[in-house]
This record gives sequence, C-alpha cells and structure tokens, in this order.
Amino acid sequence: MIEIEHVTKRYGEKVAVDDLSFSVKPGIVTGFLGPNGAGKSTTMRVILGLDRPNSGRATVNGKAYRDLPAPLHEIGALLEARAIHTGRSAYNHLLAMAQTHGIGRRRVDEVIELVGLTDVARKRAGGFSLGMGQRLGIASALLGDPATLILDEPANGLDPEGIRWIRNLLKGLAAEGRTVFLSSHLMAEMAQTAEHLIVIGRGRLIADTTVAEVVSQASHGASVMVRTPGAGELREALLGDGVRITSVERDLLEVSGLTSAEVGAVAARRGIVLHELVPQMASLEQAFMRLTGDSVEYHTELLAGEQLETVGEAA
Amino acid sequence: MSAIASAEQRPLRSTSQTQRGRVTQLGVLRSEWTKLWSLRSTRWSLLAAFVSMAGLGPLIAAVQMGRWLQMSPGDRLTYDSINIGVGGYHLAQLAIGVLGVLVISGEYSTGMIRSSLMAAPTRLPVLLAKIVVFAAVTFTLMLIASLISFFAVQAIVTQHHVQHAIGDPGALRTVIGTSLYMTGLGVLCVGLGALLRNTAGGITAFVALLFVLPGISAILPSSLDHSISKYLPLNAGTTVATHQFDNPYHLGVWGGFALFCGYALLAVALGAVTLLRRDA
Repeated sequence: MIEIEHVTKRYGEKVAVDDLSFSVKPGIVTGFLGPNGAGKSTTMRVILGLDRPNSGRATVNGKAYRDLPAPLHEIGALLEARAIHTGRSAYNHLLAMAQTHGIGRRRVDEVIELVGLTDVARKRAGGFSLGMGQRLGIASALLGDPATLILDEPANGLDPEGIRWIRNLLKGLAAEGRTVFLSSHLMAEMAQTAEHLIVIGRGRLIADTTVAEVVSQASHGASVMVRTPGAGELREALLGDGVRITSVERDLLEVSGLTSAEVGAVAARRGIVLHELVPQMASLEQAFMRLTGDSVEYHTELLAGEQLETVGEAA
Repeated sequence: MSAIASAEQRPLRSTSQTQRGRVTQLGVLRSEWTKLWSLRSTRWSLLAAFVSMAGLGPLIAAVQMGRWLQMSPGDRLTYDSINIGVGGYHLAQLAIGVLGVLVISGEYSTGMIRSSLMAAPTRLPVLLAKIVVFAAVTFTLMLIASLISFFAVQAIVTQHHVQHAIGDPGALRTVIGTSLYMTGLGVLCVGLGALLRNTAGGITAFVALLFVLPGISAILPSSLDHSISKYLPLNAGTTVATHQFDNPYHLGVWGGFALFCGYALLAVALGAVTLLRRDA
C-alpha cells in the first residue's frame, strides 16, 4: 500500500508536483499515467525517499520510506534514470545491494537468472544495452522479494521483444499477488497491463479510475461516418433528439448519437444507397489525450501540412 | 541474446526462500567493501598509491647515493634517511585524494547513489561505511607500503652509513604517521566528495586546499606566510609524516595532525549535512 497525501514538490520556481493525493491499492497493477513532465518520476522519487517533498507526505505500508527497517524487502524500485555504477559488474552491483540487508548470494544468482542476465553477469554494466540495463534494474527491484514494486517507465526504449518480456513479467508478478505501481506515458501500454489508473498532468491529479472506466468513456460520444450520394435525404431522415450531424464533405456525414446499425436501418428503410458506414471508436490514446489535453506541458507548433497531434515533451 | 531468450521459456520464479534481513551498519559496511573492490578504477588507484608509496623513496635514495660525492657537505650532514624513507607520500597522496573524492562522487555521476540510498534510506550509514572502509584500506596499504619503503631506503643508504633503524627516535612515529596522514587525507576527500557531489569539483577542491593554498601563502610577505602556512591543511597534516623539519615554521607533530583531523571532520560534517538535506 502506497499513500500520497497532499504532496507538493518544487524545484526552484518550477512546481513539479502540486498537492497530489492518491493511494495505490494492494494486490493489483496500478498504472501511473501522464504526459512527459507531468511529475510521475518526481512522485516516485518522493515515495522512495530520494526527494523530500516541500509539503505533504508519502508512505509505504504506513511508514515513510526512510523509516522502513528493511526497504528492499518492502518495495522494489526501477527508476527511469539508471542507478548503477557503469564500472561495476551486474553481479557485484546486486551483491552490494544484497549485503546491506544481509541477503545471501544465492538470491543474487536467483534474480540474475530470473531476468536472464546469467551470461553477462560478470561484465561491466556500462557496456549493457538499454534492454539489459532495464533487466538489471528489475533484478535489483526483485532482490528483496518485495510485495510492492514501483517501476518508472519500464518499457521505455525497449525493443518489441523486451516490451513483451516486461509485460509478461508484470503479469506474472501481479498473478503472485504483488502490488505493482507502474508509470508510463503510453495509454495503450497501460491498457494491456494495468487494472487501476492514476492520471496526472502538470503535477496535479486528473483521474483516479479504472482502466475499464476509461475505455468505456472513450467509446462514449463516438460517432459514425457515412458516405452516401443521398447525403441530404439521409440527413433529414436521421435528425432527431440527441442526434448531431456534420457535413464533412458533400457526400460524407459524421453522425453522433446513433450507432452504425441504427444509421444503416434508417438508410435501408428509405432505400438510400450507402458507400461507407464506419463507426468511429475513440482510441485509448485519444481518451488519454482528452484526459490530459489541457495539462500537456509543451505543445508542438503545428506547421502547414503536418498532421494534427499533441505531443508532450521533456522529462 | 541466448541468455535472454532462454529466460523466456523458464517459468517465473521471482519469490525467494531466503530469510528476510534488515538494514544494518555491518551490512552497509560489507556492501561498501564490495563496492570499493569491484571497480577497476579503484583497484588501479590503490595500486598506484601503493607503488608510489613503496617505490618513490627507494628510487630517490638510490639516485642520491649514486651522486653522494657531488652533494654538498651540508646536505650530506643533514641527510635524513627517515624522511626519504616515507617520501613516497608526496606522490601517493594524489592517488588517495582523488580516490577519496571518487568513492562518493562516482556514485553521483553514474546514478548509483540512488540505489545506495534506496537500500539504506537513513543515508548516514552509507557515508559512515564509505569512510570506515576507505580509511581502513588506506591505512593498511599505506602502512605496509611505507614499511617496505623505509627498510628498502635504509638498505640502500647503508653504503654511505646514513641509515637509521626503525627503533631510532622518531622513525616508527614517522612511518606510522605517514599512514595516518594518508588516512586523514582520504577521509577529508570523501567528505569533499559528499559535499560537492561532483568528481571535477571534488578533485579541484582537494588540489586547491592541499596544494594551491601553500603556493598562495608563499607569495605573501614572508612574515605573513610564516604565521599562516603552518595552519594550512598540507603543512598541518604532514607534521606527523615528517622526521626532521627543514624550516622552523611548523606546528607540533601531534598538534598539527590533530588540526588536520579537524579539517577532515569538518569536511565530513559538511558532506553529511549535504547528504541528508539534498535530494539524491
């Protein structure tokens, strides 16, 4: 159980986290979602006792991280920024971490095997690829066999193979009943792994909800695109309570408030020829954009001819 | 890639049967011991310090014996084979100082500090363990190296009968004092590393405090220089590593070393406050 109570963290003038409160429920995977620069990493660093909040507090199993007698057994962490000396081998890194808690060498070998780094365990971590570095970070997080894991962008920069590996690992960890708190700026990634969602933007809480809820909200307000030579006639036939129709092109209508089946049925009754009938599902990414739209830190300037998209920048 | 691929097929077994411990100062000490010896840069620095400490004195002694007859009678009369015996510290102190800074600044530059502090979140045990481990290693290695150097130098200078025995007044004190000075210097530099959290900054501070300050003092009017220079870290610290002094402007052997230890403790205290206060 991780609890964040009214945490505010400023770096100089800049407010990274602004009066943020939420809790991460035990035994499930909770996604921590927000555009880059929203304050996800800062929040995680506050939880882990690395950064001291200006006000408010973060607790793990009821205690501030600093007060945990054996933090590696309570919570395992993978930070976004690397936290490994590049000159040390994976084995010695893990051994040094283990020794602080009196964890034996057998467990070190065990986690190395678990993440598949056995062959390179004696090599300098500085030579590791991004994917191997993430695996070492996860081995480090699992070292104390903690019931809670906190992972900052674990899939960041991984190839599809690595992403699949992380996803399977997370599913396995969740199946073992562990609490997983996982940050990402990719909604689709979250939908695959998380059950609950905490969404933040500009350091503030935007949503504390379930993934299912977001998905249903995303499909709510969806529309249907209809291409027909009888656009005018169809328009008149469809109009009614709660139905909005926009003429996109001369022969193309966007209908909201009706399902594609309903539109098709009306057209059939009137004998109107349809060339296209396409339901427009808002994607998860669009739902995410809608949620965080106003809170994105930087918008890219749109140039003529460029596709419209909203992109968050900076870490 | 084969290791990564084979891990895919294996069933997930992330739970361990190992007993659950807790963070202890002893555990953190073990961890710092592992950390110190598991870096190639550390091993090379310690080797450099050891070879300099053990080898420079005998090298100088051999050169001096070769040109003994060209030396002035005064120089021959005041020849101090004990000072030459520990003369290696002039070079070795550079390696120890730089390594002292690196012991902690290297963790900031690589991000390792975050792992260290997540494992020992009260933070001070990490600094304490670094100091204890580095001080113990430095003292032991420097003591062995200065004994080697001392006896080698005495053996070399026997040809002109200017040798000393380890039992002669001040001889053993100088040998042990050299190791003490090096240890204090190492601790001072760990403190500087913790305070400045940056390798370049830490090494600059170390060089400036130890070697630049005496240079600045030397260009002051000499009356001022004579009253100031003895309190500077290098001159205060090396009293204990010196058998006979070549000028009268110095503190007492143990008084000087006590002041040097005071400087080291101040650096460590400032480093500890920084470690506790600042975000990692």
